[in-house]
Amino acid sequence: MDFFLSRYRHLTVLLIVIAAQLLLIAYQVKTNKDVPLIRVWAVTAVTPVETGLELARRYTWGFVEDYFVLLGVRSQNESLKRENGQLKIENNYLKNELATADRARALSVFQARSPSKTVAARVIGNGTGANSKVVFVDRGSTSGVESGMAVVTPDGIVGKVVDAYPTASLVMLITDPTFAAGVLSQKNRVRGTLKGQGHAECLVDYVQNEERVDVGEWFYTSGDDRIFPKGFPVGQVAAVQNGKTFKEIYITPSGMTGGAEEVLIVLQGVHQEVPAGELATPGYRIMPLPAEAASETPQGAPEPGAMGTDADRLRAIYKQAGADQKHVYGEGVPGSKPPDFTKIPSVHGAPPTTSAPPQVSKVAPKPTPLPPPKAATQASDPTDDEPVEIDKPARRPPPSPAPAKAPAPTDQ
Amino acid sequence: MTEYTEHLLREAPNKDTGNRFRFVWLVVIPLIAVLSQVYVPRFVGFLTYLELPLLITVHFALSRGGPISALFYGMFIGLVQDSLSHQPIGMYGIVKTLVGYFAASVSMRFDVQNPVVTFILSFFFYFFHQFFYWVLARALLGEAILFDVQQTLTFGLLNAAVALPLFRILDKLKVAS
Repeated sequence: MDFFLSRYRHLTVLLIVIAAQLLLIAYQVKTNKDVPLIRVWAVTAVTPVETGLELARRYTWGFVEDYFVLLGVRSQNESLKRENGQLKIENNYLKNELATADRARALSVFQARSPSKTVAARVIGNGTGANSKVVFVDRGSTSGVESGMAVVTPDGIVGKVVDAYPTASLVMLITDPTFAAGVLSQKNRVRGTLKGQGHAECLVDYVQNEERVDVGEWFYTSGDDRIFPKGFPVGQVAAVQNGKTFKEIYITPSGMTGGAEEVLIVLQGVHQEVPAGELATPGYRIMPLPAEAASETPQGAPEPGAMGTDADRLRAIYKQAGADQKHVYGEGVPGSKPPDFTKIPSVHGAPPTTSAPPQVSKVAPKPTPLPPPKAATQASDPTDDEPVEIDKPARRPPPSPAPAKAPAPTDQ
Repeated sequence: MTEYTEHLLREAPNKDTGNRFRFVWLVVIPLIAVLSQVYVPRFVGFLTYLELPLLITVHFALSRGGPISALFYGMFIGLVQDSLSHQPIGMYGIVKTLVGYFAASVSMRFDVQNPVVTFILSFFFYFFHQFFYWVLARALLGEAILFDVQQTLTFGLLNAAVALPLFRILDKLKVAS
């Protein structure tokens, strides 16, 4: 044995070392456990050096690297700015495409629902001229477009066709200084003439100062101009003030908001009603009636009909007379006895002429005008609390003392 | 047997036995080798093929001459490598133990100062290291890993090429005993 160990000493050590390591591996595999101590030692020994190396690298090569990186930052910044600009342009383009799609869809929906026959067109260019507000659209006479046709959008009117070419048309916008159209306010139903001003707002002219127009009120086409069908929205009142003769009403066109890109040309217009909006108010605040006042008639208030016309009062008198004599109007055969109309009072409350003999005087008395009906007096003087009695004979004023001799009328 | 091979065999006994590494270098050099294997590939990816701990083991075994010290040195480096890996401890230990033992055994018969011998031995032990590790992994751990012969041969050549200047540098660190 000693000979073997001395003869194969190296090999024996090798086998022992290999066997020890095999046993170590077998233990780890068999128990599925690690040998944490060795790993902890190794990691603890290695990591400080690794950390030092990393720090050294960071402050040496990393510094140099940062320097070279900074050299490229400027060019990279420029490149990123260019890229950012291109992305912005692309983003705007995509947004516009999306808005165009939305507008086109809204246009098609409006076109389908509108009773007027329209054709869709796209604005393809502006007309020349510093002050003129005209645009070209891509629909012309081959599409049925003719001069004088209205151009609208779902939001409002845009303008009118002034020239129709085979493949394009020239449209005068409502902001053009020479544009005019008849308009009607929604709330107060005030009619006027829309005029372009050359800028964003338009003027509604020929509205009397006495007319009432509120800020924020909508104007619609009135159809008077025979171009725009009635009922298309025009715009909202932005400002209003009294002028020398007519009001100065400035409105913001609703069809031009955001710029008209897609429009509809009205080939055959159909008038529509101006939509019912908010009712006009008297301009001051009215308090509601009290609860008891709303439920019962106040004492002393005139009865219904008291403020009617003479025909109303006459009708009420006859009706009362019929009821007193138990006669129903509209019944009975022809020739039957009618009610005694001689017993009904006078319309103005005068007693029947048959009941009192006329007073005869030597000198004809001066004709006395009948007093106004009590109801009329009551209506004119609300402080009088005396109720109206239509059926009773009206009291005559005391006769004025008759003069012995009436003075002869004098001609003047 | 040619004159050249006779020369190689005649000069086989270590001429460098009078030069020894200081103990510090015996610890620091393998540590640097292991660290370089852990740290350098983070920044230089293609250097993952470099098996510096193996080259250090081979150099120590070839220059030191004693098989027992070489196998223990190989075991030490291998266990450190195992400690920093996810494999059970002992895989690299066994392989490098064998490499150290056989390299030291070979060094007693060849002139290890000859660059050609150094190149061939480095290439051979790299291939042996990789192949034996693959065998152990399949046999002991049951891992179905592939052994790419062509890639192993290529990396063996590269490691052998690196071994030549590396061994020169390491020889410079030796001091006369």
